[in-house]
Amino acid sequence: MNRINQLFNDTQDKIKSIYFTAGHPAPNTALTIIQELEKNGINMIEIGMPFSDPLADGPTIQRSSEFALEQGMSVKKLLEEIKDVRQTVSIPLLLMGYFNSVQKYGVEQFCKDISAIGIDGVILPDLPLEYYEANYQATFEKHNIIPVFLITPQTPDERIRQTDKLSKGFIYMVSTAATTGTQSGYAQETMDYFKRIKDMNLSVPTVTGFGISNKETLEQASRYSAGGIIGSAFVKAVDGSEDLAGDIADFVKTLS
Amino acid sequence: MKYQVNEHGYYGEFGGAFVPEMLYPNVDNLKKKYLEIIQSDDFKQEFELLLKDYVGRPSPLYYSERMSEVYGAKIYLKREDLNHTGSHKINNTIGQILLAKRLGKKRIIAETGAGQHGVATATVCARAGLDCVVFMGEEDVKRQRPNVEKMEMLGATVIPAMSGNRTLKDATNEAIRDWINHPNETHYIIGSVVGPHPYPDMVARFQSVISQEMKWQLMEQTGKENPDTIIACVGGGSNAAGAFYHFLDDEDVELVAVEAAGLGVNSGETAATSQVGNDGIIHGSKTLLMQTEDGQIIEPYSISAGLDYPGIGPVHAHLYKTGRVKFLNATDDEAMEAVFELTEKEGIIPALESAHALAALKKMALKKDQVVVVNLSGRGDKDMDTYIRMKNEK
Ligand SMILES: Cc1ncc(COP(=O)(O)O)c(C=O)c1O
Repeated sequence: MNRINQLFNDTQDKIKSIYFTAGHPAPNTALTIIQELEKNGINMIEIGMPFSDPLADGPTIQRSSEFALEQGMSVKKLLEEIKDVRQTVSIPLLLMGYFNSVQKYGVEQFCKDISAIGIDGVILPDLPLEYYEANYQATFEKHNIIPVFLITPQTPDERIRQTDKLSKGFIYMVSTAATTGTQSGYAQETMDYFKRIKDMNLSVPTVTGFGISNKETLEQASRYSAGGIIGSAFVKAVDGSEDLAGDIADFVKTLS
Repeated sequence: MKYQVNEHGYYGEFGGAFVPEMLYPNVDNLKKKYLEIIQSDDFKQEFELLLKDYVGRPSPLYYSERMSEVYGAKIYLKREDLNHTGSHKINNTIGQILLAKRLGKKRIIAETGAGQHGVATATVCARAGLDCVVFMGEEDVKRQRPNVEKMEMLGATVIPAMSGNRTLKDATNEAIRDWINHPNETHYIIGSVVGPHPYPDMVARFQSVISQEMKWQLMEQTGKENPDTIIACVGGGSNAAGAFYHFLDDEDVELVAVEAAGLGVNSGETAATSQVGNDGIIHGSKTLLMQTEDGQIIEPYSISAGLDYPGIGPVHAHLYKTGRVKFLNATDDEAMEAVFELTEKEGIIPALESAHALAALKKMALKKDQVVVVNLSGRGDKDMDTYIRMKNEK
């Protein structure tokens, strides 16, 4: 069974997931960050593949991506860095990025290579559902790679159902109409949206992302879903870090 | 119809709508409604009346005797430079503002390179009484200062884009991010035939008035509605798409697109996408793109802010791949030379972008009776700082 499904089957508690940008805060830190996050009790990790033009990202992740690219990060280099990750890490790992990086690498080759490393899923916010279904579903399934799709407060019910049908792991529930970044709290209408999605009784779990900055927003974000994904707040917390293990432990502590 | 968009939003293998899911509802809504709206009688009437009385269309088709002498062919200039606000960009913004009103939108955003699209957007927003925010690369804010002042005078807020090379690509990124953050009230007026479907098709339709007029103007002046050759510059490709539109299926009309070579196609400082790019995704559409082995978008370069873009519209990627349109390019220096040539010969100071199209004349084997239309997409007012510097160096 794919580790993502295993996680949602086995875990009763809310899932805590972290996004980080590969190549940030310094070159060759991806493996260490993954190991430290697992050690500190994080349940699932999104490894960001930095892209030159990250349309869905706010300033924090834009800057971390720019930094990583300046320091020479690339998809190939990332895969090389984490090629032995499964010797030490057992939680689900996903790659997150933009479709251009993957199409340039070659979708089939990409799925094959990341599957060999032990990556479980991929999140590409600009790969349309229909395009995936028509062109890549078979490839992803062949290599046991789970695609994760996004829904937002504006997504019509019919499309949410369609997303649910194509989802094999979980649905990424984007909290608010916004690029990535942190917020101090969610408005009532956002909570209503979370509840509305829960009441749709989808076939796969939802995990909430965008705007989670601390324990309170994580709790709000997880109330009607299986858990939350923290991105920008983590990227900020490790920016310029000279003691990754210490800073990661400190950050994760603030979440509970 | 083999060069038009298909029902899925593709030109051959290019096009589509690769937008972050957050934008899906907005783009889908546009896709479902745009044709019905822009083909309705009341839209068409309002659009045509504004093009006539507000923009000043039809734009003249001017036979340039002296350029004809120099180049040994019959050179006509399609005078988009005489439009209100000084370029072809207004054709599209008039269309899109009428569409935005019918969609019930209250706030308009736009990206701009040279500032021509920004000015054209700010202009129609002033007239429509809608809020207007224009994103412009910080580098372009510097090199196209007069247009920044104009936009502000017209009531728009100009926000400098601070990422990347701080030019057109980065301004477009910021506009898309703004749209993600304001999905309900905002319409994004894209300035070229780029972006997710249906933008490329919609913008091409609004610009197609250029070739529509060319047909009857040529008939009046030459007795034939088809020229032998049409030349237009390509940034994203909207003036070219408009100038080619009604001639695409007339395969005996030679169509020439001119890209900005910057310091030279192989110099590493260029914006000649068709020559150095390959298949990729930029700003929501699959097209030709300047990118690294790793799929990172390469920062383009051209002296002309309006052509300084690392992609081309998907329709042009298709026209390039099928060979229907011939792609040439002109360097900064060649364009500059063309600016001064047209100014001296005809008393017309062209925009730097349009000068790239003129520069292609030197690169073509022209015949004496060949009827050539150069689409003069805009006037040079916005480039006067650059021209004054060049003039004083001469
Ligand atoms: C006068 C003029 N011509 C051409 C262009 C290039 O745009 P497009 O390729 O969409 O016509 C611009 C863009 O700013 C412009 O201002």
